[in-house]
Amino acid sequence: MRYFTENKWTQFVALLAVFFALVIAIDPATGGNLWRLQETRFWLLPDIVNDSLKFLINDFWVVDIYDAELDITEESTMIKEFTRTLSGAVLFSINLIRELLLGGVKTVVAFTSWDFISENQWARIPALPWPAVAVGAFLAGHYLGGRSLSVLAGASTIYIVVFGQWTPAMQTLSFVLVAVPLSVVIGLSLGIIAFKNKTFESMLAPLLNVAQSMPHFSYLIPVVVFFGIGDHAGAISTVIFATPPMIRLTILGLKKVSPEVLEAGMMSGCNPRQLMFKVLIPTARHDILIGVNQVIMQCLAMAVIASFIGAKGLGYDLLVSLNMLNIGEALELGVSIVLIAVVLDRLSLAWANKQVDYFADQPFHVRHRYSLAFLGGVIFTSVIAYVASIVFPGKANYLYFIDESQGFTTEKFWDVIVDWIITNTYDSVQTFNFFMITSILMPMKQAYLSMPVAATLFLVAGSGYIIGGLRSAVIVTAFIAFIALTPWWDRALITAYMTTFAVVISVIIGFSVGIFCSRSPRATKVILLVCDTFQTFPSFVYLIPVIMLFGVSDLSVLIAVIVYATIPATRYTVEGLSNVPKSLQEAGSMSGVNRIQRLLQIELPLAFPHIMLGINQTVIFALFMVIIGAFIGTDDLGQLIMQSLSEANGMGQGIVLGLCVAFIGLAVDHLIHTWAEQRKKVLGIA
Amino acid sequence: MKFFNKLATAAAVGSLLLGANVAQADSKEPIVIPTHNWTSQITMAYVIGGIFESIGDNVSYVPADSQTVYESIRNGDVTIGHEVWQSTFGKSFNNALDAGGIIDVGKHASATQEEWWYPAYVGELCPGLPSWEALNECSDLFATAGSGGKGRYLDGPMDWHGQETLDRIEALDMNFTAKFAGSSGALWAELASAAKDNRAVVVFNWSPNFTDAGDGGSFVKFPAYSDGCKKSDGGDGKCGSPPAGWLKKAAYYQMPAKWPTAYKIYNNISFTKRDIGNMAALVDIDGMSHEAAAAKWLADNEATWKAWL
Repeated sequence: MRYFTENKWTQFVALLAVFFALVIAIDPATGGNLWRLQETRFWLLPDIVNDSLKFLINDFWVVDIYDAELDITEESTMIKEFTRTLSGAVLFSINLIRELLLGGVKTVVAFTSWDFISENQWARIPALPWPAVAVGAFLAGHYLGGRSLSVLAGASTIYIVVFGQWTPAMQTLSFVLVAVPLSVVIGLSLGIIAFKNKTFESMLAPLLNVAQSMPHFSYLIPVVVFFGIGDHAGAISTVIFATPPMIRLTILGLKKVSPEVLEAGMMSGCNPRQLMFKVLIPTARHDILIGVNQVIMQCLAMAVIASFIGAKGLGYDLLVSLNMLNIGEALELGVSIVLIAVVLDRLSLAWANKQVDYFADQPFHVRHRYSLAFLGGVIFTSVIAYVASIVFPGKANYLYFIDESQGFTTEKFWDVIVDWIITNTYDSVQTFNFFMITSILMPMKQAYLSMPVAATLFLVAGSGYIIGGLRSAVIVTAFIAFIALTPWWDRALITAYMTTFAVVISVIIGFSVGIFCSRSPRATKVILLVCDTFQTFPSFVYLIPVIMLFGVSDLSVLIAVIVYATIPATRYTVEGLSNVPKSLQEAGSMSGVNRIQRLLQIELPLAFPHIMLGINQTVIFALFMVIIGAFIGTDDLGQLIMQSLSEANGMGQGIVLGLCVAFIGLAVDHLIHTWAEQRKKVLGIA
Repeated sequence: MKFFNKLATAAAVGSLLLGANVAQADSKEPIVIPTHNWTSQITMAYVIGGIFESIGDNVSYVPADSQTVYESIRNGDVTIGHEVWQSTFGKSFNNALDAGGIIDVGKHASATQEEWWYPAYVGELCPGLPSWEALNECSDLFATAGSGGKGRYLDGPMDWHGQETLDRIEALDMNFTAKFAGSSGALWAELASAAKDNRAVVVFNWSPNFTDAGDGGSFVKFPAYSDGCKKSDGGDGKCGSPPAGWLKKAAYYQMPAKWPTAYKIYNNISFTKRDIGNMAALVDIDGMSHEAAAAKWLADNEATWKAWL
């Protein structure tokens, strides 16, 4: 008996035995609630959520709003006025930045009126010539990070121009330049409050989990209803998605500050505010900066999805070109998104690391040399552009603006490649396709669907109990039972089957590549760069090529998912292995182990907790992409979420479905986290 | 807050003096036109925008999802919806009509057809086409790895008209299964790759669409549609789609009050199948940008649209 309680694997074996016994014992035809939970009042939940949201926006706290132009008084609600005011402020900021880069009238309108603009054609902001922006990028890079950053920023700008993506790229940039600071400020403030107030922190934690793991499509309609449609709506949904990592990393960073630092601050007589902003935050800078990096990545990852609710820019163009099967153009647009992400990330990092020289006493023109140079650049390039337009009247002015149709493109090249791949791999792909679908995927799907709900819940509760005791058992069972109570249990099982398959393959690939690359520092660097790139590269781009190769099938979806979900598996393996303390490795070598032994006996066990977190991320990424797979064609929860966009109670249905997806992720997250924490304690690296 | 409110709508909260003459003239606030992700709709958005601009109104464009857009029109965030397809967006549009806040501004001249469709070369692979019986005979040509030996029909997203497809296959006892693609892009990708391998496919498609041009293809002929023949309408389900579906226009309910002239024009606007095909071809075949295509269409067809003013 003692052997049984002390050895978890025996408990798992027993658990599995009971699980299979239940699967065999419960008959679908007569199983009733043991097989699938029958319809209950709980099925009304989507309607209730939908009606409450509608009540909130349409009938709660009604106020009269006077429309001066139409001279009528209309009813509105306080909530609506509040959310619209908020979106107005966000939209104004986006437009301001956008019109500085691209020109326009909306900023002027905000201070005058549309009538004024229509009567005064001169009253509009002119666009900066693109060379002026390029000069700005070079100078900003040079000022913040020296020569190499300058080249990166400037070259990226030129890439964007040369490929004729100036307008969409600047639209995306203006959107990101608002969403990122907003997320950072909100994340930092909430993180600080949570750090100071334990109750707030424990209230915030579940909300963060849900916000991060809800599929975006599930809250598109609520965002549209509450905040309207346009760049502001896109920015707001991006903020919802991008803030959680910032909050988390702020809390983490602040908690890591050692008490000595804090005491030193107090001894020098800091008041609480000084303590926070002059001592704690600068000390926690490293983690906070990782937070900023995550925010930038998430904001650009949202570029495509935000276009569903009105965000203009690269994301929207990408969606349109994919729908027209212009894979080459979509790739080029995707590269622009990655470039913007990389440049912003490096610039913000360099900015945060820049030391202020308090003692320099420099004359005006030296202190302001970058601003002056930029001003000179703007004047110079404007004059050049103006002169060019006079010398070559009626011709396209390449020195001012390059339109999409004037840009360079590699579309043809990609079309040829895609053509070649499809025609030359047809037979082998078909064989592979047939084998995978009939021998692996369909049986696996059937197996998942044949699990009785009672057996599944028992398995979940049992795993929770074995891994984390009674508390974990209750938490994970509650998550999964919520799904079982909805009408969508079968759909959730399909989502689970696809996610499981993708995670297993991704982890195998990521783990092998990770181990392989962590052997040399150079390979480590390269693979981390690849991971960064693929993480911001819009996952939508994979969708069309995989359909062309593998057709509209589960296999296509899974391949797209695996491409995306392998990133965290690889990254965390590499990081985990390269963070193993050198002293331990050397100690191993000195005791005479060979390289394989060192890897298996020392490095892997020590890196294991970190790798487990990578698997955790793999699950989250896979779930995210399985839902996006609905654009290829799936029959899981994702399909229902897409479908809810056209339903009358779509708001409620979308949110409840989104919660189902989030809860799958959260249950896995909880189990893995608990396990990794325990391992860390055992290994003494907590 | 008042200040931001002003920013929010970017509107003139005009003085009473200005308020006096609003009844006759269009508001200068921009008319918001949505753009979705297919060519004809985007080009038509710029065409309609160009017509509104020609009478001195301001317009702005906003990318929108084609299902959620009706909620935005209801709320006034978007002013018009100029391509409401009967079978794909009928449900979202009708839900919005029920909820209120949106006007049905009538149909375009163009009738629409939405039906099972195959590219021209498939006609040679399965000689009896376009009759549905012949299609059924060749069902094994259309089999895929996941279809379990039956033919596979690739339908649009489930929410477009999924149940009707399943009903029809069952009612006609066809040797086919339906697979639901997740987006129109998925349909085109499957068509393109099938064409490269000369593989037989039958997919959901509609006309007017870019597939009307080029090598083309044909719709499968099902037993003729009659009112009430669909299962959901109480019939036996043994019939095809209506041969002439509608393509409607929608507008925000305040549009007639705020932009009376533009609304009158919008009411008159009615594109034919040829118009829509031409707009799409300028982009898809001639490779122009959507804006340029719209400008060219407006320049070439002045007689058509000037008559609507």
